[in-house]
Amino acid sequence: MDQQDLIKEIGHIRSMMEKSSKFISISGLSGVLIGMYALIGAFLAYIKVFGFRSTFDYRDHYVTDDGVVGYLVVVAVAVLLASLITGVVMAKRKASKIKQSVWNVTSRAMLKAVSVPLMAGGLFALLLIWKGYYELIASTLLIFYGLALSAGSVFTFKEVRWLGVLEVCLGLAALLFPGYGLWFWVCGFGLLHIIYGFIVYKKYE
Amino acid sequence: MDLKLYNKVFENRIRLQVMSVLLANDAYDFSSLKDLLELTDGNLASNLKTLEKEGYITVEKSFVDRKPNTRYKKTDKGQKAFEEHLQALENLIKQQYK
Repeated sequence: MDQQDLIKEIGHIRSMMEKSSKFISISGLSGVLIGMYALIGAFLAYIKVFGFRSTFDYRDHYVTDDGVVGYLVVVAVAVLLASLITGVVMAKRKASKIKQSVWNVTSRAMLKAVSVPLMAGGLFALLLIWKGYYELIASTLLIFYGLALSAGSVFTFKEVRWLGVLEVCLGLAALLFPGYGLWFWVCGFGLLHIIYGFIVYKKYE
Repeated sequence: MDLKLYNKVFENRIRLQVMSVLLANDAYDFSSLKDLLELTDGNLASNLKTLEKEGYITVEKSFVDRKPNTRYKKTDKGQKAFEEHLQALENLIKQQYK
């Protein structure tokens, strides 16, 4: 065996270890799209609550007004669904390109890791809505989403871990500035996703 | 040249790849291995059999939704053998750089 064979051999070992334990079909472009959906959602929420005319400090509505919470929940759920569908469809496309199946050992393990913090966060937020602690929801969802990302990052690109940590930081900061939750969501769900998506796209695709 | 650590069992590409997968994961099932390595049933099974005979992997058979599910795990012996084989490859590369 010469040098080239040996290095190829070790390359095979490395790629098998990675391919079998990392889910690399997550598409960077889907991150960019998801970030944009979040920005659109935030815009819809903004014009509902603050109206068109108002300057920064004058709201047309408060979150506690009738119907506003319902409207915001519908927008958030619509953004969530659109993001999920985009993520799955684009992951499927990328998977078939690199001959990996989307539903494999690692994607299942990743889903398992992500599901606990995600479900906990979702239920926690529902309880907050039920109890009327609306001002805590923005930071709660950012924090639990960040925890879910860093839990799932073990099974995919290491950039996901940083995305998760930054989401947690934003969530904590949102607690310190009540009333600015929407802006923290614009940063966390919008801008961070777009930046992350670009980095992954540049680096891996 | 020190070839004591070089392991003939891992000279076969498929066995080397199977062992790499089992080193990186706690357990892996037959059909996922087959998809990952893009092999036929028979080819994969015969190589798994060899690894099992060497005592490098263990087999666990069970049923999931009434379908047979076979899971493979590395043994301590298998892990040691694989690590030594890697060491041997590393030594070989170092040798050639000299």
